[in-house]
Amino acid sequence: MTDHDPAGTAPESLTYTLNVNGAVHDVHDASVNESLLYVLRERVGLTGTKGACEQGECGSCSVLIDGELVCACLVLAATAQGQAITTVEGLDSNGVPNDVQTAFVEAGAVQCGFCTPGLIMATEALLADNASPSELEVREALSGNICRCTGYGRILDAVARTVAVRQGGGA
Amino acid sequence: MTDTTTAPIAPSTPRTRETDRAGRLGDSSLRPDGIPKVTGEFAFSSDLGADGALWGATLRSPHPYARIVRIDVTPAWRIAGVEAIVTADDVPGKPTYGLISQDQPVFASDFVRYVGEPIAAVAADHPETCKRALAAIVVEYEVLDPLTDPEAAIDPARAPIHPDGNVFRHQRIVRGNTALVGVHVVEGTYELGMQDQAFLGLEAALAVPDPGGAGIELYLATQWLHEDRTQLAACLDLPESAVRLTLGGVGGAFGAREDISLQVHTSLLALRTGRPVRIHYDRAESFLGHVHRHPAKVWMRHHADEDGTLVKVEARFVLDGGAYASTSSAVLVNAITHTQGPYRCDNAIVDGYAVRTNNLPCGAMRGFGVVQACFAHEGQMDKLAQAVGVSPIDIRLRNAMRTGDRLITGQVIRNVAPVERCIREMAALPMPDAPVGADGDPLHLPGGAGLTADAHHVRRGVGYGVAIKNLMYSEGFDDYSTARCRLADGVATLEFATAEVGQGFVTLAPQIARTVLGVDEVLLEPISTRIGSAGSTSASRQTWMSGGAVNAACQAVRSDLLAHVADAWGTPAASLMIDGIDIVDPTSGRRVPVADAAPGVAFDRTEVFRHDPTVDLDENGQGDCHTAFAFVAHRAVVDVDPELGLIKVIQVATAQDVGVALNPLSIQGQIEGGIAQGLGLAVMEEIVMRDGRILNPSFTDYLLPTMLDMPPVVYSWSRNATRSPPRGQGGGRTAVHLGHARHRRGDSRRHRQGPHPGPRASPGHRLSR
Repeated sequence: MTDHDPAGTAPESLTYTLNVNGAVHDVHDASVNESLLYVLRERVGLTGTKGACEQGECGSCSVLIDGELVCACLVLAATAQGQAITTVEGLDSNGVPNDVQTAFVEAGAVQCGFCTPGLIMATEALLADNASPSELEVREALSGNICRCTGYGRILDAVARTVAVRQGGGA
Repeated sequence: MTDTTTAPIAPSTPRTRETDRAGRLGDSSLRPDGIPKVTGEFAFSSDLGADGALWGATLRSPHPYARIVRIDVTPAWRIAGVEAIVTADDVPGKPTYGLISQDQPVFASDFVRYVGEPIAAVAADHPETCKRALAAIVVEYEVLDPLTDPEAAIDPARAPIHPDGNVFRHQRIVRGNTALVGVHVVEGTYELGMQDQAFLGLEAALAVPDPGGAGIELYLATQWLHEDRTQLAACLDLPESAVRLTLGGVGGAFGAREDISLQVHTSLLALRTGRPVRIHYDRAESFLGHVHRHPAKVWMRHHADEDGTLVKVEARFVLDGGAYASTSSAVLVNAITHTQGPYRCDNAIVDGYAVRTNNLPCGAMRGFGVVQACFAHEGQMDKLAQAVGVSPIDIRLRNAMRTGDRLITGQVIRNVAPVERCIREMAALPMPDAPVGADGDPLHLPGGAGLTADAHHVRRGVGYGVAIKNLMYSEGFDDYSTARCRLADGVATLEFATAEVGQGFVTLAPQIARTVLGVDEVLLEPISTRIGSAGSTSASRQTWMSGGAVNAACQAVRSDLLAHVADAWGTPAASLMIDGIDIVDPTSGRRVPVADAAPGVAFDRTEVFRHDPTVDLDENGQGDCHTAFAFVAHRAVVDVDPELGLIKVIQVATAQDVGVALNPLSIQGQIEGGIAQGLGLAVMEEIVMRDGRILNPSFTDYLLPTMLDMPPVVYSWSRNATRSPPRGQGGGRTAVHLGHARHRRGDSRRHRQGPHPGPRASPGHRLSR
């Protein structure tokens, strides 16, 4: 910890490391009050995680921390040390999109695409817990992610396609 | 799509490999930006940075109306890390901007006229430094009594709150026998609240100054690069050629990116510091930083003869435009010229006002005035059906407009008008098969997980909404789009300034090129002001307009290519055709792939496309002010708990007139997305203003439809090839109207309320966030 300001007019400054998508990133001279969303985007350089409400309502900043779905805007970055953080950039294999990502493109679930990374992370979290969700379970699990373009119909279809692929049904 | 939400989810029928490959017009081509958007690589405007970039932020008025007595920025200069502070005194060029009239200050200097009006901007090394700098700026106000009642704004006795006065536009429509009285007369007053576009990708821009401040490069999310450039160059006092705009990735728009927001502020700070500057709004600032859908109060009185045939409409519209003009005058014309809806009516008297108040400025949002008219005329059609004693479907069929009918502006509808067909197809779509509260899961009931509704109290209602919507710009505007096509060795490269905001023009444009030129590979240049204007991505216009321009450029290149080949082959160019990916001479049977037809030769053409001209309305609201129209019919099935005022939309069915379906998957997405925004307006969305202050500038308090709120959508679309654009139309356009769904018995609020018929919608719909 450096540059502590007893008057409290400037935030504390920290240096720490984060484990993101299997790689260790050093974060230097960061303010203690920076969110994981800000640090991922502005200090680690991973801009795939999006900010749209910054109060945990829209899900655009969804990431996995030790497999748990969280809003990165609500996590202080410095508290995520020592945990495995997965962002949308960590899903593909050597540039090849995974099955959820592919299904979103093929189903027409992407329009402006701003909500898409968060929805893909939420879908990953859902299907890790429940390999064959009902439609209602999908709607409930993804209801924390707002999409303003699609009306959600093609997103439901993308999830269904992924389930079908994972169950060997093809899609 | 299934109506029983407990069933296992089933994917739609997968497309064949052949369709995936094809990518010509009529195919469901996939987005070329789809993969980058799902991997996180796609660069939205907020993802753009530059070495040494500073952060910018904007100081905004806390008062709806006040005189600025004094601004003191010196305390902010004492904060380490602050690099620039600018106010109205630092604007080198035109001090105001605006799409139609330039009445809005870059920074307020004498009066502030709405909560959130910019007063100063700062640039600093960190967003937190910016916040502290803004807090340190001292502004002394003389707080004034705000004008917040639109009716009061019409009153000529009320002192103007702006030198341009309190009425943006007053327009009448007078047609036929205005004294006529029908056998059946129904009337009602309809109120709609202010809706936010709520795009997910917040306002963001990166400005990079030229050395010495001779020019500026601006990367931003916008709907119309060239209009931004015109206004920006005037404010910066730079020639347009020195102001270069490039579209950064756009996270939705829906009308909220047509006006200037952060463009001038970001550029000023960059020019002042000589360093790149980024401004990102947060959600609360975004609610203040862009225009919204006009709140409206609409009175209508419909007259019909014995069998329900409309004979006269009377109406009065008052649209609250807020503090500055934006597009209010055009929104008003759209509203009043759609008074009759998609129904024949020969006699009309309509009075419309768009007024200035100290509320948030309003302007473009999806539907642009037509939504306000539609809500009222469809309420009236339901009342008329009841008065005449026929069904809501029958009253609409009886009056359905056809090609050749006249609008109340005197304009003849010359394009196809399949109103009757839309209504019949919509009515034939299957109803939901699950009864109220089907499987006992409370998520299926109004109130959802709030567990507030009892299935035995819930009633199911069916409502209808049928609409006409004008396409493209109206009232004499010189509406055009520009596109360039370059073809070399079988690869087509397209360039246009058409803002891609999610609607899919980057998918459609290559489909056009592949179809016209017989090529597979199509490249897209960056979307920027290096080429001529494409006009705005709004008004249902880009598929038609920029599609028309891309088609014209590709056709010109095709002609050049065929002339070149004809010359080489010694045959008339007119005898050659493109078949698949080959150029063919049917008489000789000679055939060569386009890719091999002219090795080493590049064909390069830029074309401009215009739609048919329109004219201004005269003082009686007469004139061919619109150029084309589309039609749509909706049915909504809604469960209502009448005691608690809770609502759950169970299904929406729609039949839409899409012209030629150029990309069916894209149309499906536009229909579903448009319905979601209409549903939001109908049952949950409203910016709540009190005394000129917004009470809910966050996604916690401004409620948007989630996946639990959005019902299944069943649809059909009419394919009509007789419309006149160069490549048909469809794939991007959407009409957005949720029907007047209400249960059939005993809702005492019907027709007196706007789209919020009671307490705020279900608490349950947010619990799982």
